[in-house]
This record gives sequence, C-alpha cells and structure tokens, in this order.
Amino acid sequence: MERIQRRRNGLPPSDIPLVIAAKIENALRLTAVDRKALRLRLSIGMALADARARVPALDVVDADEHADKALLESIADWCDRYTPFVALDMPHGLLLDITGCAHLFGSERALCKSLEAALVRQGFSVCFGLAGTAVAARALAHYASGTIAPPGEEAKTVAPLPVEALHLETLATHVLKRAGLKTIGHVAARQRGELTARFGAEMVAILGRALGQEEKPISPRRRLPDYMAEHRFAEPVVTEDVIVSSIRSLAETLCAVLCERGEGARLLEASFFRADGAVSHIAVETAKPIRDAAMIARLFRERLDALTDPIDPGFGFDLIRLGALRAERAEAQAISLDANDDDAREVGFLADRLAARFGSHRVLRFFPQDTHIPEAAGVLVPARAVPETKLGWETIRSEGEAPRRPLRLFEKPEPVEVLAEVPDGPPLRFRWRRVQHAVTLAEGPERIAMEWWRHQSAMPTRDYFRVEDQEGRRFWLYRDGLFARETHHPRWYMHGVFA
Amino acid sequence: MDIADLRKVLQQKHLTLAPESGLPRVTTGHAEADSLLHGGLVLGALHEIFPATRHADAAATGFTAGLAIRAAKAKTLFWIRQDYAALEFGELSATGLVEMGIDPARFLLLRAPDAEAALRAALDGLSCGGLGAAVIEIPANPKILDLVAARKLTLAASQKQITVFLLRPSAEPAPSSTETRWHVKSAPSLPHDDWGAPRFDVKLTRNRHGQTGHWIMEWDCDDGRFRKAHSGAVAAAVAGGAYPTPPQRFAAF
Repeated sequence: MERIQRRRNGLPPSDIPLVIAAKIENALRLTAVDRKALRLRLSIGMALADARARVPALDVVDADEHADKALLESIADWCDRYTPFVALDMPHGLLLDITGCAHLFGSERALCKSLEAALVRQGFSVCFGLAGTAVAARALAHYASGTIAPPGEEAKTVAPLPVEALHLETLATHVLKRAGLKTIGHVAARQRGELTARFGAEMVAILGRALGQEEKPISPRRRLPDYMAEHRFAEPVVTEDVIVSSIRSLAETLCAVLCERGEGARLLEASFFRADGAVSHIAVETAKPIRDAAMIARLFRERLDALTDPIDPGFGFDLIRLGALRAERAEAQAISLDANDDDAREVGFLADRLAARFGSHRVLRFFPQDTHIPEAAGVLVPARAVPETKLGWETIRSEGEAPRRPLRLFEKPEPVEVLAEVPDGPPLRFRWRRVQHAVTLAEGPERIAMEWWRHQSAMPTRDYFRVEDQEGRRFWLYRDGLFARETHHPRWYMHGVFA
Repeated sequence: MDIADLRKVLQQKHLTLAPESGLPRVTTGHAEADSLLHGGLVLGALHEIFPATRHADAAATGFTAGLAIRAAKAKTLFWIRQDYAALEFGELSATGLVEMGIDPARFLLLRAPDAEAALRAALDGLSCGGLGAAVIEIPANPKILDLVAARKLTLAASQKQITVFLLRPSAEPAPSSTETRWHVKSAPSLPHDDWGAPRFDVKLTRNRHGQTGHWIMEWDCDDGRFRKAHSGAVAAAVAGGAYPTPPQRFAAF
C-alpha cells in the first residue's frame, strides 16, 4: 500500500479511497486498504465486488507480491545498520535481533524510536514491539505497537493481547475463540496437557515462546560475520580516497582482533550504507587466511576499481562496515629463510588480487586428472582451489621421443575433411578451417578408447594421428570410430596443434 | 661505407659492438644464438615473438614457452591470454607442456577480457617478486599496445628482474622498446626423417645489443633447452644405414 503511495508522491492527493486486490480462492479480495477506505468500512478480506457495490468510486490496484518483497528486502538491508541479525517475517514484517546492540544507541527505546522515525520519514507507517523472544515481539508489534516488554515480563505483557497475536493457524485461532479463550492470558492459564492434546505440541511451543519461556533463534537473511568492524560518519562520505582509507582503518581494527585470536580471514565483505537507505555489499575472497590490513585494503581497492557498475555514493555513505564472513585458523608466520616460500606467498597474493579484479574463474592453474582421455587429462581450475602439495604429472612419451600430445588443444575437436589412402590408414591430405594441407609425415595411429565405465552412452574409439604438412606444421587428428567395426563412414576431427 | 661494411671491418678486427656488460642473461641452449646474444637472452627485459606466417602461432607458442620457462628459472611463469584465444588458437594443454618437458605446476594463467586488461594485469604481476617470467599474448595490433605501453613493460620488467615475453599472433611489428624481436615458424622435418623433436625456423630480426640471425632450432624435451637442428647431411647419413646393427643375442632354455 505504502509502496504505491510512495510512488505517487508528488501527485495531488486524491479523495478516492485506494485498495489493493488479489485473487484469493478464486475471488478477487481486498488485501490492503487505505485510511479513507477504512473510514468507509471497507476491510481486508472483503470481496472486491462487494466493496465496489458499497463504494462505487474506488481506486483498485493489483497486488504485486514481488515488489512488496523487494521493498521489504531493501528495508531489511537498511536495517542492517542496527544489527547484522535481520530476518524477514513474511509478508509484512522484519525481525531484528538487537541483543547487545541497544547500548550503541543509548537505550532500547532510543533504538526503536530512531528506527521508527527514519522509516516514517520515508513514508512508511511503523508498528514495533520489543521483547525477549521473536514471537512475543511480533505479537506486541501487531497488537500493542510501541510496547517494550521488560526482560522476564513477557508473560505479563502479552497476556492481554488477543489470541490472533499468536499467529496460529486460522482454524486453531477460531477454535480457541469459540472456547471463550479470547486473550493470550486466557490460553496461558490452561493446562499444557489439554492444549497439547487438542492443538498439538507445535502450538504449545509457540505459546511458550510468546510467554518468553522458550526461545527459538531467528534465521538471519545474511550470513553473520565472524568478526566485524564499522565506521559511522557524522557527515556522509563521498570521495573514493576517504572510502578506501576508512576500509584500511577498519581492516586494521579487524586484523588486531584476528591476530589476538590467531585467525585469518578467508572471505571479507564490505557493506556501504548510503545516507538515503540503499546498501551495497562487496566481497573479496582469499586463497589463504590473511590478517594484513594493507593486503585487505589493496584487495578491496582492486575490487572497487574493477566494478563495471561502480558503487554510487549518491549523497554519501554514513556507515561503512567490514566483516570477516569466514575466518580460519592461521598460524603466526615465522620469517622464512627459504626464498621459495616467500615467492609462493607473493604469487598467492598476486592470484588473490587478480581474482578480486577479474573474478576467480579467470585466474587459473593446471590440475592433473587421473584419466587417459586427452581433453580431460589436465584441467584448468581456479588458482585458489589448487592445493599447494606437489602435483603429479606423468609424461606419455619415453625419453628422447618427441611430444605425443599437442601444446594447444581445442576444447571442442573441429571436424576436418580428410582424404586417406585406405579407410583405416593415416590421412594423405586434409582440409581444416578452409585451408588445404598436404600431409608429408604421419605418425600413428595411437588408439584411445573412451572410458565406457564413466559414460552411459558408448563413445566410439579414437585413432589419433600426428601429421606434419608441407610447411612443417604439426597437427593432431583423430578418426572417430573403428572402421568396419564401429562405423563405415568414420569422421575426422582436429584436436590440437603441436609446437 | 654502410653498416654491412662496418660490421665486416669490426669482425675482421675481432671486435663487436660493445655489449652492455653485467646484464643477467639466460642461455637458450642454442650455441650460435647464444654467442650472438652475448651469452643469452637478457633477463628482466622485454622480448617480442611474432609468428612468421599466418598459421605459425602454435610454433610461436612453443618457442615462447621454451624461452619463458628457461627465463623463469625456478620461479612461477605468469601467462596471460585473452578470452577468445582458446577458441581461436586452442587452449594451452597441460599434457602438451609435460610432453615438452615443461612443468605445468609452474604456470599461473590469467584469462583477460581484453588487451587493456591483459596489459594492466601484466603490470600488476610485474610488481610481484615471486614471478620469474611473464608471457602476454596480445593478438592483432590493438591501439593500447603502443610505444608507451612497451616502455612501461620494459621499466616494470627491469625493476623486479622479471622477463616479459610479448607473444603477438596475427600482428605486425610496430616501434617498440623491445630488447629482441623474433619471427618464428615451424621447420619441416627433413625427407626420410622420423618424427623428431619440435623444430623451429627462428629469425632474430632485432637485437638491441648485437647482430641479428636466422637458425633452425630444435627443442630438446628431455633437457628443456634449444639445440642446433641436425642438418640434412646427417639425416642422409642416418638414412643411408648409419644405425649400428644390434649385436646378435640368443637365449636358450
């Protein structure tokens, strides 16, 4: 509802009541109504046809759940500045775990007030509740907005609320009301055994949570950082220099903690909270745990430079946060006397820097595979996925022999037209990429059977030939399928070129 | 008196244009080329390699890989390619490298989206002392690769003594601050020859500290170095039955 009003901001206010309708159980029903509509006794759940009959001049808008959800998500993003622990409470709510955060804002009430004021400024109407458990807080928010339950007194605070506040299934709520149990206090007074027998253990658990006797953690939207540091600015910052230097100083704070705990960060995330509420996150990953502030700052600078869509400071960022999303044990490093270790470390950091700039799928190392299929024998994998242990590469040729595998391999073998003397003999001439090559020297065949135990569909055996053309260029061709046994019209492919 | 005459005079007097002494070098293994280069390829400098013909990029790649792994000594070799290179020219193959006696574990590869990114990554890499050599594949003649870019590479290469090889498939040589420039294509095997080691037809067309040359080289896959390709005369002799007859052996049980 407010999403639409916000969009219509600036247009002259109209006197026509606004309602939002959606199809529920094959009938168009109202899912939201504004104050003017409310005054005309239109209510949520009413069929649209009935509403129109009562109030002919009605402004009807179709419900858009996706847009609603997106709006809620962006509000949740913005709420990250209060606590990293924000969960969506569909369809209209947010749950914030502010354990240990309130003192940063003075008091719990001050925190709630600042949140409420900021949202109201944005054109939202806000209800809030605060209690020791999520269920109790939600009940308060919906039915006694503005209430803050003192610690340990949830039961007393929620007792006067109607049973609907428990958010049970419609049927259960209905049955409770029919039984005369109109408030949570009434329900709480009953024997737990009776309630369990009638409504099941789940309902009793919810009741327990509402009364603050049981607790169930909420699941946050974003992964909680293991460590984090943040910087609030009295005046929003815009320039890149300030942003980078503040990341640097945050990294120093973070590294001091990491150092104390003997850990290093593997995955870091910087969050930029814009003064107007938009939030952007940028993450960098490293191959090894690091706790060097200069390195972290450099990785982020690379990442920021490489963004195709640079983060837009708008009117400036008023909060920058740096979190180590994943931290791992890292031993303090003794200064190595072996130059090779230093080299490896420097190369590792170079790979991290390049991965931050270009993406880790572009920074690669070779990794051997235990297979004799040529295209699968050595694969390129992201550099950070390759273990540091010595990799085993085996030569196929024997000593003194020329290479038996081409230096450059085509990912997809390319079809070639081949003229061969005999169907199962080496090629005499072939045509590849529209150029005719006359074969002056041929070596082969080297028969490579496909691994039938790995593939469901049988792949034909390949006969590979090394051939040299009149200019001395060397190619690796294969005939797909054994002549006469697997196929009568074997096809030829170009698989690679030798140096 | 023109340059050729001057060279002749110098040669007669056993003088050469004085090379800058004290530059660290690595031998190629090919004796003649090494002596002409005053002991080998200058390390921590820029070298350019061009395929001599349109379809010689594989030969140029092999030649570059050989030179670069020698120049890298025990350190990592940083190889920068562009996205479409794998489709156009084929992906560098680990088994192919192993077969050439080159350890793929020493490679760090980067697939750059374009020439500008490739150059930028190269400059970044050249500040990393853990690298021994860098190969930058830049096909065609993009505007970004001008004299200024070449100078930057030369400067960066000299600072941490990382040797840089610019591999330029389907490109035309342009003015550059390169130390050497090579034009490479594959050399055909001699008639009656068996399938032998990779052979390269190598032309050194620019050498800042000496003369130019033209050789047929072979890559020795066992020792990881270049060597003089055996000439036709030797091949003929081999073909003429120079193989020693194996001694006759009998076994009885």
